[in-house]
Amino acid sequence: MLRNCYNTGAGALACVIALALSLPAASQELTIVGAGGALQDAERKAFFEPFAEQFKVKVVEDTYTGEMAKVRAMVMANQVTWDVMQIDSTEMLRGCEEGLFEKLDWSKIANRDDFLPGATSDCGAGAFAWGFVTSYDKTKMAEGPKSWADFFDLKKFPGKRGVRATARLTLETALFADGVPASEVYQVLATPEGVDRAFAKLDEIKAETVFWGSGAESIERLVAGDVAITTTFNGRVTAANQKGKDLAIHWDGQIYGQDYWGIVKGSPRLELAEQFIKFASTPEIQKEFPKYITYGILNKKGIELVDPSLLADMPTAPENLKSATALSSEFWADYGEELEERFKAWQAK
Amino acid sequence: MEHAAVIEMTSIRKAQHAAVIRSFLLVFPLVGYLIVFFVAPLCLVLLYSFYSPEVSRAFPLTSQQIDRWQGPDIPDSDTYLALAADLLNPESEFLVGEAARRLNYEISGFRTVISRTKRNLAAADISNPAALKEEVIRADPHWGEVRYWAAFKRATSTVTPYYFLAALDLEVNGTGGISPVPEDRRIFVSTFLRSIWIAATVTLICLVLGYPLAYALISLRPEFSALLMFSVLLPFWTSLLVRTTAWIVVLSQEGIINSLLTGAAIVDAPLNLVFNRTGVFITMVHVLLPFMVLPILSVMRGVSSTYMKASSSLGAHPVRGFLSVYLPLTMPGIGAGCMMTFIIAVGYYVTPLLVGGGGDNMISYFIAFYTNETINWGMAAAIGLILLATVLVLYASLGKLIGVSKIVGLN
Repeated sequence: MLRNCYNTGAGALACVIALALSLPAASQELTIVGAGGALQDAERKAFFEPFAEQFKVKVVEDTYTGEMAKVRAMVMANQVTWDVMQIDSTEMLRGCEEGLFEKLDWSKIANRDDFLPGATSDCGAGAFAWGFVTSYDKTKMAEGPKSWADFFDLKKFPGKRGVRATARLTLETALFADGVPASEVYQVLATPEGVDRAFAKLDEIKAETVFWGSGAESIERLVAGDVAITTTFNGRVTAANQKGKDLAIHWDGQIYGQDYWGIVKGSPRLELAEQFIKFASTPEIQKEFPKYITYGILNKKGIELVDPSLLADMPTAPENLKSATALSSEFWADYGEELEERFKAWQAK
Repeated sequence: MEHAAVIEMTSIRKAQHAAVIRSFLLVFPLVGYLIVFFVAPLCLVLLYSFYSPEVSRAFPLTSQQIDRWQGPDIPDSDTYLALAADLLNPESEFLVGEAARRLNYEISGFRTVISRTKRNLAAADISNPAALKEEVIRADPHWGEVRYWAAFKRATSTVTPYYFLAALDLEVNGTGGISPVPEDRRIFVSTFLRSIWIAATVTLICLVLGYPLAYALISLRPEFSALLMFSVLLPFWTSLLVRTTAWIVVLSQEGIINSLLTGAAIVDAPLNLVFNRTGVFITMVHVLLPFMVLPILSVMRGVSSTYMKASSSLGAHPVRGFLSVYLPLTMPGIGAGCMMTFIIAVGYYVTPLLVGGGGDNMISYFIAFYTNETINWGMAAAIGLILLATVLVLYASLGKLIGVSKIVGLN
């Protein structure tokens, strides 16, 4: 093509346009959107690069910070430029109902029974799982909290608490601390009395609370000494420890949640996108992921293959799942907005 | 002679006319640009704040039926028939999803009621229309509650006061009247007031710091003044997030300032400088100071030093001279600086979120929350419109007080 342009002496502009138009056809492209940062670096190594290699595709990456507004605008305008996305569970649920994501043809992708319970949906295949845990600096605190009740006990463990600035995840921990069993937490939280109870528990530590927004913030504040104990996501703690910190993770009573791979409704590269999700769901590919970041994988056969030395840091390791609660995306799709508003009102009081 | 004057007048008028047309043509691209890319989308977004056709679009049959329903009992079986027909209509699959989101604003949990009903009805035996009412209630018992039907009826209206009421901490109560929401859910009014209060305080601090700074900039030797200008503009050249994070490092418990203070034994325990209102003020003032300094500076440059000399040669004390000569002359700069700083400050939310405590959220946080995270564009539009109106009212009242032309710096 390029040589033709030279030889025929065609108009330069025409050549440039022709070249530009020919590019997408020359190699297939797939746009995959992740959450950026260390997570996407790990996804690149574990999923994107092997996929690109094997299928001779060019993977174009983009990142977003959970703004579903953009996806909705794309679908509404029928100008879909994102093909595959990493989506959190509540957005997956709502987006699937509202037609923002393609319904997956599971016969083409994987056996749903190979996944952990709840790790697949009509529109999404589980990408990875994170654990919501407590952490403290072992260099500053010899003996840390052993339960959510300890986290809320300022007498036993004095010092500032790092608390996530959202109702989601925080209200659950308050109810755990107040003695609600894991199996009932969402039923209790669905009642006005349950919500009052959670906020009453939070009131007990409010004076000593520092709120955090992003997972990175929670660790920064712990390391800087602004808080003594914090809630956080497990991957952040391991990442900090790999950089020489000595932070503890307490797995008992963790809340685990997951993100999905989904396909944006109307993606022009549907078939390739399905191929990617199929590829990312195979045990052999999944088992590589925890090498790059200590989040859990969701294919049970994959978990069996994971290097045992990595297993202890994974939220979906059998040992860590024993007393774990699965985050209810259904609950948060229903009550999220109301409870987040109330949480902000409580914060401001 | 007279004739010539008339001709001259006409030609002047013609020239003026031509000038008007010319200047209009010159600004036309800008006006067109503003209308197409700013005013029109803005109006469209504002439409979301009261226009909500989701439910009536997804449930056309049910909407018709429910229109006749007055309560206090649950609707007749025709309404249930219509509901089942609307829910199972394959063409409205995605519309139902949107409608469920809208209904969930009325009663939390309504979203699941819709999806559960749909799922169970699809699996149930609905061949007998007479038994459909029972079948729908069996699919989800909430359909037997008047509360849910009342909420459904409210949501079928395509024009809704819901978003504006909610943005003002109000709601439609059971009797159809408007009443404040329970105290633990009131949040927007106090956040509006807090945003205005924080923005006003930041503006004031910027003015107190910025006015002398601007004066120093015009009076210092050029090399110093260039250095000072560089430091003033420095915040402009770094990203907002970097600046804010840098402040966290400086202000935190084991940060630079606290280390210095405790090291020099000035204070015993580290001061709480960040994750509270103090942190918000410090960071916002730093970020917004250039917006105050630059307009004041540009006005000060135009004030000749001879005025102050004249006032002192007429015997005025420097303070008197400042108050009655220099200050009034630089007023346009102060007005423009304050207005700019305030308007930008009142829209801040990332900075307060990062360096503030739980009680320092500003109203734009909610606009971003509803736009990006929950895609409740109606709520985002309603809050946005109220914020816009507040700023316009403030602008107008300030304009009355010191003159619009002074604020925009035309005078």
